[in-house]
Amino acid sequence: MAAKAKNLDGAIDVELRHVIKEFDVPRKDNVRFRAVDDVSLQIRDGEFFALLGPSGCGKTTMLRMIAGFEMATSGEILIRGKAMQDVPPFHRPVNTVFQDYALFPHMSVLQNVMFGLEMEGVDKREAAKRAAEALEMVQLPVASDRKPRQLSGGQQQRVALARALVKRPQVLLLDEPLGALDLKLRKEMQIELANMQTELGITFVFVTHDQEEALTMADRIAVMSLGKVLQVGTPEEIYDAPNSRFVADFIGETVFLPGCLTRKDGMFGWVQFDGTTIETKAALSDTNIALNANVTLAVRPEKINLFAADGNVKFPDGSSDSAEVYKTGLRRDPDINIVEGYIKSANYIGTDTRYTVNVGGQHDVVVRVQNYGLRSDTSFTQGQRVNVFWDAETVRVLTQ
Amino acid sequence: MAAGMSLRRRKAVEAGSKGGWRLATPGVVWLILFFVIPLLFVLGVSFLSRGARGVIELPITLDHYARVFQVYVPVLWTSTWVSVLTTVICLLIGYPLAFFISTQKSAAVRNITLFLVILPFWTNFLVRTYAMQTILAREGLINEFIVGLGGEPLTLLYTPFAVVLGLVYGYLPFMVLPIYAAAERFDFKFVSAAHDLGANDWRAFWRVVFPMTLPGVVAGCILVFVPCLGTYITAELLGGESVLMIGKLINDQFISDRNFPRGSAVSMVLMGLVLIALIFYVRYGNRER
Repeated sequence: MAAKAKNLDGAIDVELRHVIKEFDVPRKDNVRFRAVDDVSLQIRDGEFFALLGPSGCGKTTMLRMIAGFEMATSGEILIRGKAMQDVPPFHRPVNTVFQDYALFPHMSVLQNVMFGLEMEGVDKREAAKRAAEALEMVQLPVASDRKPRQLSGGQQQRVALARALVKRPQVLLLDEPLGALDLKLRKEMQIELANMQTELGITFVFVTHDQEEALTMADRIAVMSLGKVLQVGTPEEIYDAPNSRFVADFIGETVFLPGCLTRKDGMFGWVQFDGTTIETKAALSDTNIALNANVTLAVRPEKINLFAADGNVKFPDGSSDSAEVYKTGLRRDPDINIVEGYIKSANYIGTDTRYTVNVGGQHDVVVRVQNYGLRSDTSFTQGQRVNVFWDAETVRVLTQ
Repeated sequence: MAAGMSLRRRKAVEAGSKGGWRLATPGVVWLILFFVIPLLFVLGVSFLSRGARGVIELPITLDHYARVFQVYVPVLWTSTWVSVLTTVICLLIGYPLAFFISTQKSAAVRNITLFLVILPFWTNFLVRTYAMQTILAREGLINEFIVGLGGEPLTLLYTPFAVVLGLVYGYLPFMVLPIYAAAERFDFKFVSAAHDLGANDWRAFWRVVFPMTLPGVVAGCILVFVPCLGTYITAELLGGESVLMIGKLINDQFISDRNFPRGSAVSMVLMGLVLIALIFYVRYGNRER
């Protein structure tokens, strides 16, 4: 991951105020599809901001509205405090890297990159010089007199980046620019893009449906669904403290357990599993959730752990302890929840093993146990009785 | 294709290795018998002399070519400017029309408008040209209307105007169809990209849209220009004696004067002009394919 040494308390670069975008539905009069539904966002200067959501959630429409290709049905878009309603795309201080690059096929690589400068009235020689510099910056290793179709996908992606960056925009908009690349190249480009953004200090607004991509690169992420922004926050906030079932489900792996809120204390709540008497302490996503409300517990498989109910517990350093003694030790911490269960299935995936553990008779949780030693040291067998435990902070109480 | 041979080339190589050239045999035989041999015959005749009562005889001479470039230059000139003007007018009408059709959202509207463009082909060209005559004639539709309003009848028929009008009418579909093919393939994301990079509509058109549809434009221009250059019926029926074009000149040499060598020479000059247009096409029309 890129070393982040940014000051992100600066000015607001892009601001959306109650933006709504509706489209006509073909062949249906008076029916309008709301692609973006009352979105308000503030993107700070120099920030790497990701718009994350499944396809059709309105993220690309939002990007196109910032670029000026679509007009908002209502609401305001401001760039550096200036309203953009009447500003055509060619006068906005933003540039776009398009999803399939949209490189001009009749122009060479160099001509593509020079195009934006020529439109500004930069003279040909100066434009060629600056274009060559931009191509150098994106490390394009091929001759610039080639045509785009002679380049590989990764090379075309670099040209698209150079073509946008050579304009030195206030904001760079990227519409799933890595979507067409293979996995290995995509990983490389993620790191390269993040580094480049830190170096240039240009605000990046990045649209993606790939949660890992957003987590890897972004300073802040807006998670979208059905035209609405559900949560905005740093990758850590989004991952560790999702505010809704959708966010928890879309980002990373989560097991959901239905339950009932029986007690509240500050940031924490106590939840009784549906139909059982097991009560666990967990972090409230919203302190306003009413007592006795039906809630959902969101459990991340890698944030919970387990140990054998009988016999010895083995530790990474090679030592071991009696299960009873270990359990008693854990119980001393009031934030630790311990639930009994048995192994329903075990799934070995190399770095870790995924255990499906039945707890309380009705519900299963998934536990990811890292295989730190040899497999025999850590493995549990099907049907084995185990204790599952977690820290109250790592499990979230969500509404419904 | 990102890497390796293009599909077309790979197909060609595979077909060639299987003796696919044999597929071309009927076409090649046809062209040799009915195109190459007659053409060589005309070429040969163009260097011979005309004897009494139209007999073709020796000696070999360049007189006919000399005469074409000495006496018939005005005819070549008329043919050229009439063809160029027709092509330009067809382009100015056809380009926006082709884009209009290709950008219609409804497939039904696209198909109907394309059908309307092709509809005139359903009637014989000669009939359509005669119809044009009755519209433009001194007692034709237009003049009857003008006289009805109390005006003086205009001389429309047997003018260069009538010829150009007839040619534009006849050849416009040949301009629209190839441009339509190019316009239909054109993706408007490139206009968005141009706008994004600071180009206004005008510059986006000239720097991106027009160059990317240029192959269609060049194909359309050739398809209009070449037949216009050799046109006979339109020039004869709508231009009469006042508009002498190459097609009519060739006809006169062969039919009225029975001067086969001179007619052949004029034909070869016409071919030369067409060849220049085709070289232009190969040079500029085939890029980006």
